[in-house]
Amino acid sequence: MTDVLELDRVSYWYPDAQRPALDGVSLTIGAGELVVLAGLSGSGKSTLLRTASGLVPHFHGGKLAGTVSVAGMDTRTQTPAELAAAVGTLFQDPETQVVMNGVRAELAFPLENRGDSAPAVARGVEEAALALGIAHLLDRPTSQLSGGELQRVALAAALAGRPSLIVLDEPTSQLDPVAGDELIALLRRINEDSEATVVICEHRLERCLSIADRVIAMDEGRIVCDAPPREFLAWACEALPALATPGARLLQGLGLRPAAGVKAARAALRADGYDVSDGAADRDAREDRGAPEAARSRPARSRDAALRLDRVWHEIARGPTILRSASVSIATRERVALMGRNGAGKSTLLRHAAGLMQPTRGRVHSAGRVALLLQNPTDYLVHETVAEETSPAALASVGLEGFGDRHPRDLSGGEKQRLALAIVLDDAASPPAVVCLDEPTRGMDRTHKHELARMLREIDAAVLVATHDPEFVAEFADRVVLLADGAPIADGPAAEILSGGTYFATESARILGGAGGALTPEQGIGLLRRAEVPA
Amino acid sequence: MNYRRRASPLHVARAGAGCAYCLALACAALLLSSPVALGAVVVAIVGAGIAAGLGREMRRAAPLAVTLALVIALINALVTRDGLTVIVRLGDLPVLGHTDVTLEATVYGLILGLRAVALIMCGALYTAAVDPDEVLKLFRRVSFRSALTATLATRMVPVLVRDARRLTDAQRCRPGRPPSRLALMRAATAGVLDRALDVAAALEVRGYGRPGRPPRVHRPWSRHDIAFAASAVAVVGLSLGARVFDLAQFSAYPSLHAPVGVGTVAIAVGLVVCALLPFADRRGVQR
Repeated sequence: MTDVLELDRVSYWYPDAQRPALDGVSLTIGAGELVVLAGLSGSGKSTLLRTASGLVPHFHGGKLAGTVSVAGMDTRTQTPAELAAAVGTLFQDPETQVVMNGVRAELAFPLENRGDSAPAVARGVEEAALALGIAHLLDRPTSQLSGGELQRVALAAALAGRPSLIVLDEPTSQLDPVAGDELIALLRRINEDSEATVVICEHRLERCLSIADRVIAMDEGRIVCDAPPREFLAWACEALPALATPGARLLQGLGLRPAAGVKAARAALRADGYDVSDGAADRDAREDRGAPEAARSRPARSRDAALRLDRVWHEIARGPTILRSASVSIATRERVALMGRNGAGKSTLLRHAAGLMQPTRGRVHSAGRVALLLQNPTDYLVHETVAEETSPAALASVGLEGFGDRHPRDLSGGEKQRLALAIVLDDAASPPAVVCLDEPTRGMDRTHKHELARMLREIDAAVLVATHDPEFVAEFADRVVLLADGAPIADGPAAEILSGGTYFATESARILGGAGGALTPEQGIGLLRRAEVPA
Repeated sequence: MNYRRRASPLHVARAGAGCAYCLALACAALLLSSPVALGAVVVAIVGAGIAAGLGREMRRAAPLAVTLALVIALINALVTRDGLTVIVRLGDLPVLGHTDVTLEATVYGLILGLRAVALIMCGALYTAAVDPDEVLKLFRRVSFRSALTATLATRMVPVLVRDARRLTDAQRCRPGRPPSRLALMRAATAGVLDRALDVAAALEVRGYGRPGRPPRVHRPWSRHDIAFAASAVAVVGLSLGARVFDLAQFSAYPSLHAPVGVGTVAIAVGLVVCALLPFADRRGVQR
């Protein structure tokens, strides 16, 4: 097997950094491999990808030691533009990596940059569009595409030059579960069809481990594990549990060897004599035995509601209807998750709850102030120091008491999120009756999600969170409202809503076929232990 | 206002022809001063917009154009001392001094305003009907970096507008006293710089900056390319002809002189017909 990416004792320091972002990394990745990069935030995953695309050190500056070779080219002597012929790169945010106004021009851009002839450009555009199923978008302006469509277009642009290496930095973090799964499946197909090497960095490992040939785990700039998915999971369960998927934790808790993906996990359970058929789910639902406490939660009655949206419509003049008679009621101290695909109306509903928008019909009632934390926490950070942003008491409440002198923009993603939360909650004269958060876990690793879920559970107010992340919902929510086309289509206990499907279900629930409403590995272990059948 | 491909002859014409067409209409507005001829240019531009399916974009640009036209007319009437027919005596005004508003200055101001209306509407037509990516291709062999900068600026405007809206919403969600304007300005600037860095990185990994010029692209001339190029030539020819042979006369000072003869009417009608004729043939516009 030919090596496509080779790093030999690579260390890298960002400008003015004291600690290296990469510390003595050596690895080789061969042609046709699909590699998942795992690690907590700040572990060096993105830096490694940027090293492969040549942005490190040419774009970011800093100090690089060791050698990086991509398809036989030394990244120290070749610029990112020259390496682009061999490396296709996709970043997190589709908005800023699409540079042209039209999809066709966007796909043609990298080919024209490398001097391909007009027929070669036209052919490359057509092939990339067909490979990614975006031929129908070719004549559309990029400004009118959804996040999922834009990410596909950016991937097509990265692939148009038929690179031998494709590096992707959390490409699904801005997508809903359906679009995210589609993108991952697409990568597998591209990898199989063209033998292109794919290196993908992703926090939600359960989404992509089943398609990976190999997993490289990083911690503090070093490679701490390099193994096939199953061995990686066994290692993660012991050495770095924050990287273990829910399915792996479920199997490990039952004393079984972790497996990657729902199919493999179910097979492992069956082989050990556990009944994980979908029929078992029906049976358990009827018996309702061992259902978690949250499963018995019911929607709030209107009279004791902290927040009530009463047949709210949001109709844009000469545009679409975003909310269609949406009615949602949330009780005091209730924890509710708002789920649904992109464009379902989740963010709009939160904005109505917080009074940022006025309904065109219907009413919003609240028992007090509604605090809203929007998707991008950086938008809240406008001062020069953390201490200027909010009060010391508020900082202490989110565990940032020692950060007063730091610049808010220098904080990590999770710290920014906590600071923004402290800002919206900080009003001693008028503590919020309801706290709304819009997609708070985007790009967050499991440790930070767990920390956020703990904080949300401790807030003395009703909490409403719009999210695509069922694992996070299972950790904090009592109830789930599922939105589609601007109206709730399901509203019930988290255990009921999250255990009955594929896209809006936790990995544990999918493995157990929804049995007993178990959403987390711990609930699943308890359920299977109670119902243990001798092998 | 963004470019969006529509089923119209102007949208399917090559960018070069579209640019030439819009440029010709703008030249006509600059060359002609007769109210009848200038009115014909405005009619031609608005008519072209409607024929290209851009009625909404034209309506959106109209308030800005008309407001600017009125401001120009007002300023000209107040600051110009020429003209014999005084219609209002305002006496001594601060800054302006002794001010008599004359009919000639007012009319000339309106003519200047009408010209501004024509140019703004022409800009709106260009923005909504000519593909900026095609324009980039047209100019990239001459000055790639400038053309790309222009295209990126167009592309980033809606993104930055959305960023600004988000920042405003986030500040509305802050309890207590709102941050100072300076702090907001600083945050907005930092956000723009972050965006710029992201885009620069994306450009690098798409191969921008590789040595060598992009290849020349040959594309056969369609009937619409030819029609709009011919129309551009005809519009410029008529405007130049009117100017050289004094067919659309107008002078404002010292007294108004704007005869409407057969020549003026012929030029006006000719301009409208030449500008709108390419829209008559709608074969092959559906994509």
